[in-house]
Amino acid sequence: MKLNRADVQRVAVLARLHLSEHQEGELTTQLDAILDYMAKLNEIDTSKVEPFSHATDETNAFREDKVTNRPDAEALLANAPGRDGTFFKVPKIIE
Amino acid sequence: MTFSALTLHEASEKLRQREISSRELTEAVFQRIADTDETIHAYLTLARDAAMEQAKQADERLKQHETLTPLLGMPIAVKDNFLTRGLRTTCASKILGDFIPPYDATAVAKLRAGGAVIVGKTNLDEFAMGSSAENSAFFPTRNPWNPERIPGGSSGGSAAAVAADLCVAALGTDTGGSIRQPAACCGVVGLKPTYGRVSRYGVIAFASSMDQVGPLAKDVRDAALLLQAIAGHDPRDSTSATRAVPNYGDALNGDIKGLRIGVPKEYFVSAMQPEVDRQVRQAICQLANHGAIIEDISLPHTEYAVAVYYIVATAEASSNLARYDGMRFGHRADARDLSETYRFSRDQGFGAEVKRRIMLGTYVLSAGYYDAYYLKAQRVRRLIKEDFDHVFQQCDVIVTPTAPTTAFRIGEKTQDPLQMYLSDIYTISINLAGLPAISLPCGFDDAGMPIGLQIIGSHFDEATVLRVAHTYEQATDWHKKKPAL
Repeated sequence: MKLNRADVQRVAVLARLHLSEHQEGELTTQLDAILDYMAKLNEIDTSKVEPFSHATDETNAFREDKVTNRPDAEALLANAPGRDGTFFKVPKIIE
Repeated sequence: MTFSALTLHEASEKLRQREISSRELTEAVFQRIADTDETIHAYLTLARDAAMEQAKQADERLKQHETLTPLLGMPIAVKDNFLTRGLRTTCASKILGDFIPPYDATAVAKLRAGGAVIVGKTNLDEFAMGSSAENSAFFPTRNPWNPERIPGGSSGGSAAAVAADLCVAALGTDTGGSIRQPAACCGVVGLKPTYGRVSRYGVIAFASSMDQVGPLAKDVRDAALLLQAIAGHDPRDSTSATRAVPNYGDALNGDIKGLRIGVPKEYFVSAMQPEVDRQVRQAICQLANHGAIIEDISLPHTEYAVAVYYIVATAEASSNLARYDGMRFGHRADARDLSETYRFSRDQGFGAEVKRRIMLGTYVLSAGYYDAYYLKAQRVRRLIKEDFDHVFQQCDVIVTPTAPTTAFRIGEKTQDPLQMYLSDIYTISINLAGLPAISLPCGFDDAGMPIGLQIIGSHFDEATVLRVAHTYEQATDWHKKKPAL
């Protein structure tokens, strides 16, 4: 076993996902099988290999700190699940 | 022949000759959609009124004898993970079910600037996570060659729309094969450009070190035209490449004499469907007949690609999808406090596969597992990339099947995520290494389903990939076959 139900519950907290009991059970089985498959990477000695994270030779791109987009608050707020005038309305953050 | 069956370059030529108008062409496409999309379900959202207006404008531009761009007046479909200003964009997810983007993705803006007509938004696996288009939160798309089969994924809607003549050409995205595998399943051409060749600005992020935009088209020339229109540096995507874009049309000269084609032994395995093996080998013989030199090569780390990909891609996805918190846009659940709002919104908004990948990605990045999974995968990713570096010292392109089998049946692999992941076995290494690759039709299996041939090039050498693909296409007529609908 690579992971158990308690691991799934711990990861769900980190991922901010609510899972039903059924989902927890199903994910435990499925993720365990997937991680088991991934263990095949341990067949390779990578002690002398540097990690490779991005397939590009571009370096960081800087630009002038200038506003390039025109302000369009209404279009942005139009998608808000909650709004109050020109503000996003969100649940209370400080208990 | 109805107008909707025309290729982009054929339709563009007819427009130039004043044999058709963009309005007639666009109307023919919407008529075709009305007739067949109830069976195919390629589109999530249609933009008929706006499209007819764009067609009218294209015809006006034509009357004024403006310089004609190849895309002028051409009805094009866009995968629903590209932001389209004012046009609903869902990413096939309930969490973005009613999202109206305030701006266009750069690739879409370039289509519009070229005078294209945006037909609508095509279905996909939710957040582009899947190989069958079955993970759409709305409905599965069906394969035009057989509605009992999947169209491939994640750009399944775009591939099916091109195959069924529900557009002239389409845009897709490819993170692990999501343009090429559906192109193979639906018998059309799909090109994943080099990482950085096309801007991803305004494309809903899945795995940022691999996501790339590309065309799905009825033939290789169309794919070249569409790539030409969308390629190039974009200051709004810092990963987009600054190097110059060549003229891809020049590459379609049919000359592959002396070109070195590598055939990797690791891609011809026993799990492959016999007809796929047969057709791909036959295609390689045909390329040899045109003067190409065939060389046996080895990509020894191929068998590790699926494991590396599903660690890297899910890690990046778990991070990218953290933005869906129900605060400024997207679905927000009724809940008692902030923590519940996050958890319930994401539970209600995300489908099973998206949750599975967020969970896997969060796990491989979490304390105690980061080195064993994520860092390990990044190290093996370098080995996979170096395999290609070595091979491209002795070859110009690599030729392989696009997928080990033709389109499977709807529902066949939904219960076993690992089996679904393994259907990407021939496409994902290319994303890990950031290379360009095309899939084009090379025959049919015994059940009449299309087979895809994959041609892989070195970094930024789309021109050679297109040249080889075009040479093969000219020698065959697979791309002219149409599904009976």
